[in-house]
Amino acid sequence: MSQDYQHWKIETDPTGIVWLHLDKADSATNVLSAAILSEFSDILEALEKNVPRAVVIMSDKASGFIAGADVKEFTSFENEEAALQAIHRGHAIFNRLESLSCPTIALIHGYCLGGGMELALACRYRVADNDPKTRLGLPEVRLGIHPGFGGTLRSIRLLGVLSAMDMMLTGRSLSARAAQKLGLVNYAVPRRHLLNAARGIIKQPPKPTELPLWKRLASHKQIRPLLAKLFYKKVAAKAPRSHYPAPYSLIDLWVQHYDDPKLMLEHEAQSVAHLIVGRTAQNLIRVFFLQEQLKALGKADDFTASHVHVIGAGVMGGDIAAWCALRGFRVTLQDQKHEALANVMKRAYKLFQKRLKDRLLITDAMDRLIPDPKGNGLSRADVIIEAIFEDVDVKRELFKSIEPVVKPDAILATNTSSIPLDEISSVLQQPPRLVGLHFFNPVALMPLVEIVQSPTTDTGVANTAAAFTRKIDRLPLPVSSTPGFLVNRILMPYLIEAVTLAQEGIPLKVIDDAATDFGMPMGPIELADTVGLDICLHVARNLSQHMTIEVPEQLQKLVDKGQLGKKSGQGFYRFKDGKPQKDLPAKAYTPPVDIQDRLILRLLNEAVACLRDGVVSTEDLADGGVIFGTGFAPFRGGPFHYIHYRGTAQLLKMLEHLQQRYGPRFAADEGWQLLENNAAE
Amino acid sequence: MATKKKAAASKKRTSSATRSTSSHSASMSHKDGTGGTPSRPVFIVDGSRTPFLKARNKPGPFPAANLAVNCGRALLSRQPFEPPAIDEVILGCVMPNADEANIARVIGLRLGIGKDTPAWTVQRNCASGMQALDCAAMEIASKRADLILAGGVESMSHAPVLYNNAMVTWLGTLNSAKTLGQRIKVFSQLRPKHLKPIIGLLRGLTDPVVGLSMGQTAENLAYRFGITREQMDTFATRSHMRLAQAQDNGHLDEIEPLYDTNGNVYLHDDGLRRDSSVEALAKLRPVFDKPFGLVTAGNSAQVTDGAALLLLASEKAVNDYNLNVIGQLVDSQWSALEPAQMGLGPVHAITPILKRHKFGFDDIDYWEINEAFAAQVLGCLAAWEEDTYCTEELGLNGALGALNQERLNVDGGGVSIGHPVGASGARIVLHLLDVLKRNQAQRGIASLCIGGGQGGAMLVERV
Repeated sequence: MSQDYQHWKIETDPTGIVWLHLDKADSATNVLSAAILSEFSDILEALEKNVPRAVVIMSDKASGFIAGADVKEFTSFENEEAALQAIHRGHAIFNRLESLSCPTIALIHGYCLGGGMELALACRYRVADNDPKTRLGLPEVRLGIHPGFGGTLRSIRLLGVLSAMDMMLTGRSLSARAAQKLGLVNYAVPRRHLLNAARGIIKQPPKPTELPLWKRLASHKQIRPLLAKLFYKKVAAKAPRSHYPAPYSLIDLWVQHYDDPKLMLEHEAQSVAHLIVGRTAQNLIRVFFLQEQLKALGKADDFTASHVHVIGAGVMGGDIAAWCALRGFRVTLQDQKHEALANVMKRAYKLFQKRLKDRLLITDAMDRLIPDPKGNGLSRADVIIEAIFEDVDVKRELFKSIEPVVKPDAILATNTSSIPLDEISSVLQQPPRLVGLHFFNPVALMPLVEIVQSPTTDTGVANTAAAFTRKIDRLPLPVSSTPGFLVNRILMPYLIEAVTLAQEGIPLKVIDDAATDFGMPMGPIELADTVGLDICLHVARNLSQHMTIEVPEQLQKLVDKGQLGKKSGQGFYRFKDGKPQKDLPAKAYTPPVDIQDRLILRLLNEAVACLRDGVVSTEDLADGGVIFGTGFAPFRGGPFHYIHYRGTAQLLKMLEHLQQRYGPRFAADEGWQLLENNAAE
Repeated sequence: MATKKKAAASKKRTSSATRSTSSHSASMSHKDGTGGTPSRPVFIVDGSRTPFLKARNKPGPFPAANLAVNCGRALLSRQPFEPPAIDEVILGCVMPNADEANIARVIGLRLGIGKDTPAWTVQRNCASGMQALDCAAMEIASKRADLILAGGVESMSHAPVLYNNAMVTWLGTLNSAKTLGQRIKVFSQLRPKHLKPIIGLLRGLTDPVVGLSMGQTAENLAYRFGITREQMDTFATRSHMRLAQAQDNGHLDEIEPLYDTNGNVYLHDDGLRRDSSVEALAKLRPVFDKPFGLVTAGNSAQVTDGAALLLLASEKAVNDYNLNVIGQLVDSQWSALEPAQMGLGPVHAITPILKRHKFGFDDIDYWEINEAFAAQVLGCLAAWEEDTYCTEELGLNGALGALNQERLNVDGGGVSIGHPVGASGARIVLHLLDVLKRNQAQRGIASLCIGGGQGGAMLVERV
């Protein structure tokens, strides 16, 4: 075993244990690239010839064990056949690992996901560091595929179908402790005992544990089809097969082939090969890279901050403050209203309980979130975020008064959703300091933050703001300070078209279904009710001053009646226990065929207008922003990606048609011309 | 400003670090105790406290550490220095929770004062908070530290409730029972007496040597000095009226609001009874000496949760961080006496200070004497007015005279505000400085009686 490898280091200790250290060259993270697998194959071949006492596989990266397969390679398969070949190679390697005649142990810390988890599953034993950073899982469905290196079979065999399917269908990852409870790892131990645990296992190898009878029965030939119905139902509640085929294929695989492991592995390979070259997977992989692209925008490494000061303890200000505290910042939250501060503390406590679970971590986060009725934190903060109500004069007064108090290099940010930056920053001694940090509601669930810049804004400040956004684990999207920025501007015509449809008498459920059928996470009417009709009206009014949208009468009427949506229990829908009561349309009703087109084309048309206006600089950024800011059907890869998929010519034709029928709001933006030219180039 | 300036000696304690107590003890040779003037000036630069929350027959919304952290972070967030600039944390606390061992350390860490900043907890019963201030003063005076967070905290509503010995023994037996049969046998031995709990709070408020409850020691004073029930209730009513007035006039800036995790905010001391009257108080039954006693819940200090924290600084720290001095801690005194008379502690602590500085009552502008019981404060005043007591017990030539009650506890006291035992000593010093400032006055004395038969007093001056 003297051969030098690029990515692996091999040590044989005096007791005859071989320690395989994975350390991917020129990378901070281990991913299972083709090169790494090929070296691994050579190593296994040598081990087979000269079987050691035991083999321990571990990572030399601080970030963790193995974060998964190399997603970049997913985009390079020319066709299904090429993908299948690559998967077969992986299968062969993992099968060899599994059939080594000596004990094999995966020593896991940090990320152990996807292909990394599958490698660990092919080992005889698994030991995990019980640090909170350890995460184990099979998140492949999130990329539109399912485990492809034997993970489907091995996870079900090890955990039983219920736990394994839950892990694979949701894609969620587990802590070391949870993994131990499930039986996914043999031991979860503190880092100081990782090596001891490996040596202990080798000294006295534990007997392989058999699943309890009921768990084995759950995968019995007669039971599988029955259980599968439950799985299908659970999956269908989240995503239809036509949009997201992978979870369905995974269930199929188990139902049809679990009795024959060899056959199941072969069909696993074929299924993944088929899925991976498909449109959904390719688009979800695209979304993964869009996310990486947005993350990269926040890479100003010299930025350090420890203290965030938020002004305004309303819904947005409070949630931003709580989120920043959750992500490790000391946060002072300023508001004169004690009750508002008290409400935030309550909401924050709930958030911390849900996210942190551990009592001491929750206490720690609560200690970092400091109600600050007197604004003492202003002079100490590295980042100041204003989140008071939308009134330009009040905001101007506020910024004018705080500028002399704050640290000279602190970021001054406003969370305004509608006021142009320059109208606020003109009162500052140094107008270039002001930047917009536009969060979305609910902050804890919406990953995007628009970094709003006007021509006055200092680029360095905007970059620092983006870097801060990464520090709180959100995705920064630079946008220009034009009305509605990107996300609200694109959403508004879509929402207004939905309200217009409702005014025309189309049943609400039909409108919402048209959007969810397209792949939106929530229908526009329900979305409006959830956001709050008063807020929708406010934004709509605001935007109508700058763009040609008509604020529908019905919106005003409902707000006048105090029917504000979910928060008041009644908006377009009536809410019961926080859920909208959606009446089914009459049986005889046949909806018009153009509902979905009317909704989506208004959105696409506005997206095109935004790009032409330079709200964002590229189609990719627009796609990323709209997906992470609105939840726009991720499997479609973003509005521009979808436009190119459908073809601009066809969409323009549809717009023309709609314009003839419904009027100038469907007039194609001039920006389409540029798109066509780009496409022609 | 945030540069960390710490003398190595202040963080790395060695046994060779000498404690310059000689200058202290030289000036105080009184048989009753210890005290004295610090050898290097000690300044109080800021302070704040929580509202004092009355215990309402169940654990209150805040354990002790949470009270102090909430109070401390508000205090620290308005300082010109970062929390790690603090050299030491010293807090008084009488009955911390099981998971609050050395509570000062818990609080120091949670406030972000720094892992390398030492912290210790002191316990001198009702004067623990004042003891913490005195310890901090000595650390600064002896140049072992320049900037100290000191004060006290108590969550009396969270005082532990304990298993009795019979129950602990039973649990031990159960634990060692191996077979099912043995376990069944052990279970059959469980009796109702096993379930009788020990209420930590009641035990804590009972003298462990003479066996009297604190209220009974107050009854002793009432008996000795002939204090009537009506006098006590009048005193109590005045305490409530003064606090009400202080709240209405905004004289309690020292309070930082508390926010719990259920969406509630606490802005004021909530034991205040604005409807308090002598007539109403007269209806209450005695709680300590039933049925003929005089001390009732209405003329005693309230069982409360609260924290009070102060920042003490040397001249160096004041200059380094450009701190605003609110007062100087000039002298302190600890004395002891018969436990059954513990309420007279202030008499024995204050008199030596007056002697040492050759002050009469009139040289002191304002007084804070903690109101453990109305009878107890009135007892102190009576003792000073009595020739016999002053000559025989205090070694004076005659009665010291009447202390002007218009300058005593001007904004209420323990009866109306409450008396979270570990915190009160720090609260009265902090509030006294506020009263001096408000009245453009110079000098004040704060004092408490201490369960077990002691008294503590501090002389402060505005600079």
